[in-house]
Amino acid sequence: MGAYVVRRVLIMILLLLLLTLTVFVLFSLLPADVARLTCGKICTDQTIELNRARLGLDKSVWEQYWIFLTGLFFGRTYGVGPGAVVCEAPCLGYSFTKNEPVLQLILDRLPATIFLALGAFVIFLIGGVAVGVYSALRRGRWQDKTVMGISLVGYSLPSFFIGLVVIYFVIIRWKILPFPQYVQPWDDPVRFLQTMILPWLVLAILYAAFYTRLTRSQMLETLNEDYIRTARAKGLPERVVVRKHALRAGLTPIVTAAGLDFAGLLGGAIILETIFSLPGLGSLAVAAVLDPDLAVLVGVTLITAVFIIVANLVVDVLYAVIDPRVRPS
Amino acid sequence: MSAFLEVDDLAVSFPTEDGVVKAVAGSSFSVSQGHTLAIVGESGSGKSVTAQAIMGLLNRGYADITGRIVFDGTDLLALDDDEVRRMRGASMAMIFQDPLSSLHPFYRIGDQLAEAVRVHNKVSKSEARARAVDALHRVGIPSPDKRANDYPHQLSGGMRQRVMIAMALINSPSLLIADEPTTALDVTVQAQITELMSELQRETGTTLIIITHDLGVVADMADEVCVMYGGRVVEYAPVRDIYYSPQHPYTQGLLASVPRLATDRVDRLDPIPGNPPSLINLPSGCVFHPRCGQREDVPGDLCRQAEPMLVDAGRDHLVRCYLADQAGAR
Repeated sequence: MGAYVVRRVLIMILLLLLLTLTVFVLFSLLPADVARLTCGKICTDQTIELNRARLGLDKSVWEQYWIFLTGLFFGRTYGVGPGAVVCEAPCLGYSFTKNEPVLQLILDRLPATIFLALGAFVIFLIGGVAVGVYSALRRGRWQDKTVMGISLVGYSLPSFFIGLVVIYFVIIRWKILPFPQYVQPWDDPVRFLQTMILPWLVLAILYAAFYTRLTRSQMLETLNEDYIRTARAKGLPERVVVRKHALRAGLTPIVTAAGLDFAGLLGGAIILETIFSLPGLGSLAVAAVLDPDLAVLVGVTLITAVFIIVANLVVDVLYAVIDPRVRPS
Repeated sequence: MSAFLEVDDLAVSFPTEDGVVKAVAGSSFSVSQGHTLAIVGESGSGKSVTAQAIMGLLNRGYADITGRIVFDGTDLLALDDDEVRRMRGASMAMIFQDPLSSLHPFYRIGDQLAEAVRVHNKVSKSEARARAVDALHRVGIPSPDKRANDYPHQLSGGMRQRVMIAMALINSPSLLIADEPTTALDVTVQAQITELMSELQRETGTTLIIITHDLGVVADMADEVCVMYGGRVVEYAPVRDIYYSPQHPYTQGLLASVPRLATDRVDRLDPIPGNPPSLINLPSGCVFHPRCGQREDVPGDLCRQAEPMLVDAGRDHLVRCYLADQAGAR
């Protein structure tokens, strides 16, 4: 098991390297001229060329990639002399629009995104699985049909629609909650919860619908297995049969989907962050697209991809924890 | 002989989209304490459904069950679900056909056995574990202490079925139902498993119901035989009578379709023509009449018009056929 994890981690590192290359080359192919974009309002051809040299854009893509890669491990310096900007390792790039290293920008935005993802994840996973099991146990009855109907609606509605409707009623019409304004939980926990509760619920509803359907179909499948009949033949109470025997066996695809969904959420829920004005990775990415700030875009894309790759690894290891048959012997 | 388990006029039907499936209709038989009853029949004859009805494993919100199942003086169908659950795995237990799919793939076999102990007994985890290891030892699993930590996929088919037997017997049930326990196993292992079951039955005095279509197993193990066809018991008799004087044309057909190795002659097998009936659209009259070679011997069109009763043909021999009385008199 240990060797298996080590092997997977090594493969992951290789994958990450390939990933930086792909992202870097992809963005360098964009028609946008970064030297022009970072030059400011009063811009002469001379300053553009100066910028180009400072950013290393006069070199070939491969040289640029190499500088980017060494920057990740050892940091890099943009320009020379007194005007030089130092980006310390690990340097993901430097935003000349915001005059800050990209990594610092990302780290500033990460808490809001992580809290949004975590809260929604806990709600939709527990809620979706619980409702899915309930629905499966009442298959074909009115409770099941109601749940399936609601989940279809939840599954189909776009997040901006639910988000705006909720803001309109809860915040504007009924004034149950104040207007969202993000604060860190360690600064003002009450304000934090007031701001987060709506985006958590909206995000959770969107995802829970999918998990309800997945769990239901998994449960219906495993409840027909021979070993469930064995569990009943042992005289186990039905709730033990359902929780310990059926749910455990149907967990694998749920864990896969949950792991990847969580990683995706860590990349930022772009629309919801914008609607609820949360300073997360998603809104950072949107701003970087509109601005446009290529260094930030590369950084956010890379970080998001890293989350996905790590989530894949975690899911694969969890597989082996759940199912002894896939454990390498 | 008083009946330890008596099934009286049991009927089970399931509503489906295609119509009502009458899986069992008018099943009656009994077993004496310590005896072995074999239930024989083709797929779809109602053997397994009968067994699951006895164990209370059918979903009563879905299946329609009527009749009486009296086990050790208690009518199981009159009990509520929880009362039957307390008996399952304690006073009555069951072994299934495919041991690989019948064991939970994610739990160690020792834990699966210990779980069966702890449902019905207030014992510590270590005590349950000790009993599990002991049960594995009794069914002939080598180094049971180590094997208890194995997962089902790490064992061979024969070993898995031994685990299933150990699990079924761990709370010393007085009734054990084995639903085709050897069908999914290699031929060489089949003999070992039947041998083991006979041995354990001798030791414990458990009453055994074995469901099979292997007439060799029947001859080895059974005291009485119950032949089922189309959801009905068509013949019930002590095992010798089934082999030496089968009275129902279907039983005769079954025996004629078994290959015999002991004879010098090269016999052709004599299969029963036709297919088992649809349980949704059963034939009128006797359910076997469309395939029966002897229906011409019955006067008139009786076989097609009215279903024969299960009649006493003497010496604990019951037959559902109009020809039975004549045959019994022979």
